[in-house]
Amino acid sequence: MPTKSFRDALNEGLRQEMERDDRVIIMGEDIAGGMGAPGEDDAWGGPLGVTKGLMPQFGRERVLDTPISESAFIGCAAGAAVTGLRPVAELMFVDFMGVCFDQIFNQAAKFRYMFGGKATTPLVIRTMYGAGFRAASQHSQCLYPLFTHIPGLKVVLPSNPYEAKGLLIQAIRDDDPVMFFEHKVLYDDEADVPDEIYTIPFGEANVTREGDDATVIAFGRMVNLANEAADKLGAAGITVTVVDPRTTSPLDKETILETASETGRVVVVDEAHPRCNLATDISALICENCFDDMKAPIKQITGPHAPVPFSPSLEDLYIPKVEAIEAAVRELVGKGH
Amino acid sequence: MSEIRPIVMPKWGLAMAEGKVLEWQAGVGDVVSEGQEILDIETSKIVNSHESPVSGKIRRIVVDEGGTVPVGALLGVCAPETVSDAEIEDYVAEFLENFDWEAASEDSVAEPEFADTPVGRIRYLRQGNGEGAPIILVHGFGGDCMGWSFNQSELAEFRPAYAIDLPGHGGSEKNVGDGTVSYLARSLSAFLDAVGIRRAHLVGHSLGGAVSAALELESPGTAESISLIAPAGLGEDINIDFIDGFISQRRMRKLRAVLEMLVADSSLITDTMVEDVNKFKRLEGSAEALAALRNGAFSECRQQFRFEERLGAISAPVQVIWGRQDRILPVAHAESLPDGIRRLVLEDVGHMPHMESAGEVNDAILSFVR
Amino acid sequence: MQLSRDELRTAYKRMCLIRHFEDAVHEEFSAGNIPGFVHLYAGEESSAVGVCAHLDDRDAIASTHRGHGHCIAKGCDPKGMMLEIFGKKDGLCGGKGGSMHIADLSKGMMGANGIVGGGPPLICGAALTAKYRKTGGVAIAFVGDGASNQGTTFESYNLAKVWDLPVIFVVEDNRYAESTASAWSVGGSQVGRANGFGMPGEEVDGHDFFAVWESARQAVERAREGGGPSLLHVKLYRYYGHFEGDASTYKAPGEVEQVKTQFDALDMFKQRVTETSLLGPDELEDIEREAREIITDCVASAASADAPANSDLLTDVYVDYKF
Repeated sequence: MPTKSFRDALNEGLRQEMERDDRVIIMGEDIAGGMGAPGEDDAWGGPLGVTKGLMPQFGRERVLDTPISESAFIGCAAGAAVTGLRPVAELMFVDFMGVCFDQIFNQAAKFRYMFGGKATTPLVIRTMYGAGFRAASQHSQCLYPLFTHIPGLKVVLPSNPYEAKGLLIQAIRDDDPVMFFEHKVLYDDEADVPDEIYTIPFGEANVTREGDDATVIAFGRMVNLANEAADKLGAAGITVTVVDPRTTSPLDKETILETASETGRVVVVDEAHPRCNLATDISALICENCFDDMKAPIKQITGPHAPVPFSPSLEDLYIPKVEAIEAAVRELVGKGH
Repeated sequence: MSEIRPIVMPKWGLAMAEGKVLEWQAGVGDVVSEGQEILDIETSKIVNSHESPVSGKIRRIVVDEGGTVPVGALLGVCAPETVSDAEIEDYVAEFLENFDWEAASEDSVAEPEFADTPVGRIRYLRQGNGEGAPIILVHGFGGDCMGWSFNQSELAEFRPAYAIDLPGHGGSEKNVGDGTVSYLARSLSAFLDAVGIRRAHLVGHSLGGAVSAALELESPGTAESISLIAPAGLGEDINIDFIDGFISQRRMRKLRAVLEMLVADSSLITDTMVEDVNKFKRLEGSAEALAALRNGAFSECRQQFRFEERLGAISAPVQVIWGRQDRILPVAHAESLPDGIRRLVLEDVGHMPHMESAGEVNDAILSFVR
Repeated sequence: MQLSRDELRTAYKRMCLIRHFEDAVHEEFSAGNIPGFVHLYAGEESSAVGVCAHLDDRDAIASTHRGHGHCIAKGCDPKGMMLEIFGKKDGLCGGKGGSMHIADLSKGMMGANGIVGGGPPLICGAALTAKYRKTGGVAIAFVGDGASNQGTTFESYNLAKVWDLPVIFVVEDNRYAESTASAWSVGGSQVGRANGFGMPGEEVDGHDFFAVWESARQAVERAREGGGPSLLHVKLYRYYGHFEGDASTYKAPGEVEQVKTQFDALDMFKQRVTETSLLGPDELEDIEREAREIITDCVASAASADAPANSDLLTDVYVDYKF
């Protein structure tokens, strides 16, 4: 199977869906780049090159560079979706949703309900999230808990290139508005990715490791850290189940509860700030549904209740670590025999 | 020096670049014979026992348990007592010095090819350049051309060996027509036409066995020989729970339990194999293809294509290879076959003899080819 | 350009339907029969009907929180609307949207909108779809003078211009954003703003159906022919408060009565068509009576209709979702 980067896997997914369905258009700031400028066309292909090459193939009619006007073009994408296109809009950094949140959560997310089921809004908003880029407080947040909170939206967190392509194609084919979160540290990660078109269903968790001693539930980039911790622990004789829910809305509660009950010891890893995030959500879910199966209290490993700092030493402190996951599992395994 | 014989990391399948030594079943000082299982090796795809390529006394183990090295790297050394330790040391040192680690790691991760046929695109892996009618390897339900990792290279030393993806599988066209064995046989025929093969030694596993036989029945004279490995088509029974579980289960633990029905020794099923099945099932069209085959070839939980009555009509030599522990298609189907059909039943082997007992299966196939 | 007699009859009927609809909602709300809150369009009829007279099913409109008039003008079923406003199961949106979210996408009505300035970005999307599919469709964003100060509106002016979209922004300036006068809240002028974005803009007397109709005709024609976006600044007046229950103490004493007697949209329409003998007084009276009867029937139906089933609470959140 050919090896592709996270970036190239997304590019290929977009390209294949655009080839298959001419209702699919993409828009965003510098998504081709160089619009109206004297230099090269397709100068950027998106701020991190994910959409490079799509404009030359599909033309400016389907690959739309936008002014820096998130409210207008995200709302426009919602309007285009509800009138029959299947737009994929790129909201460069999820941090910028502050200026277009209304278009996402009051408009796109609610059309179907407010209009009594008579609207479909097949909109995908791709956005970058996460710390690790020395990008400071306004370009490093996770914010997927905010979107997960909102009925009408689906929220997707791919953890590697294979997942990224299959989930993106699924998102484009989905008839509901989908927030597609791409961790900016993952773009150069490589993995085997089929050339063929494939889809990964939403609401179906990926159990990436299976063990008996503890269950680690992790989101997005944190899945890779959890896998690494599980492999290290495995070498030391502690076997760990790792669950990647893939989508936070819908959420595969069944697999989460089943794997939690199987081991009785749970660590939830979420890069988001600790209050009202996915870790608290999952912890509550488990406590409410399988408390009696728990052998030890649930551990949450999250970013702190502070903005993401700029200084590298501070940002490194901010981000959850493999060692912390390992330590949490070891602590739990020491309890409740 | 010539008395010193190396044991190196084998190459199981074209995609294998490196392997990990899981367990040595023989230690320094043990006398081993050629074909004896001496160590367990894990690749990214599979765990299996490695048969000693040589007979003799193990004098050195170079890669300990847990070590991962590229294909072709020295794992251990066999030599008679007469060879001194110093000579062994020199041999190992020289081997390691001359071994091109970089080239070995990058070595030939072979690319499958594609043939355009009237039934759509067929993906195949071709190996070997020998003369004579080629060997065609046809996988079973849910398999693909990568499933012959313990066989294709060995067979390709004697004849060109083609492993194909049937329609609905791997990288081939996902349309399987009415999902019947006949449709797949016509597709196989279309593939042979597309690559210009008139006669071939057909090797079919499970559903692929039925497909191979059906091809010869519909186009007599295509087969030089037919080797059927746990083939479908020789009885009514099929473990439909396997088929249905293969189609419906996605969670690793549950799908693994299904795949474990394939083999006598469940440790052969690795996480990667399980995940690869899931990846296959996610390809566009795969789910529909598997469902169509389920409803075509195995409707009403029974095998719909049967050819045991027509075996006599096949003029090419036919052999049937079966594992005694087969839980998918019962070994009883191998009984009451007409005279003249060679029959090989392997003890402690399940539905995957070509994987579980590769050496014996390869020998049996080659006995028809050579 | 001249309107045909049929077009005039249709226009007048729609204006009457809107007026009676809003008067009826006012009464029913006062009687406590309508939940929540409603914003009424009475007095502004010329604008919705004058603009939408040029539209067909290819075309889309985005409306405001004061959306009943736009809905009727774009062809939404008044009974479905009334049931919706009463929160009934067979309302246009199943009782889930209410007054501020009435929509009928099959008619190109993309929804009233509870968010001031919510509509313009959406209508750029409808225009993009029309342009991409080459349907010849145009898209209208109705915005109030309040929304005219929202950033979303300015961003949409710019996007429509740089993407050359077939959009017409219709700024309905009814003098008040809630209680705040547009004379105070709007810096510069609406037309000046349009021109600043490189769009044609025109100020129109919104009490005069014929003035709106003619300006809209030119703007729609321009957009259909690929001439890009434009803006109409429609000056008009609302008879009721910002919402029902608003005592409107910010209005000058006698202000409403003055507009009603001198600039009532329906009266002006009647006067114009009878003076020019385009329609006769009897004909107009028949149309008005017919409209009144339709609305009376709508109210009766809405009052007796069933509420949504409890199970409707969780439907229509998604097309497909694994809860």
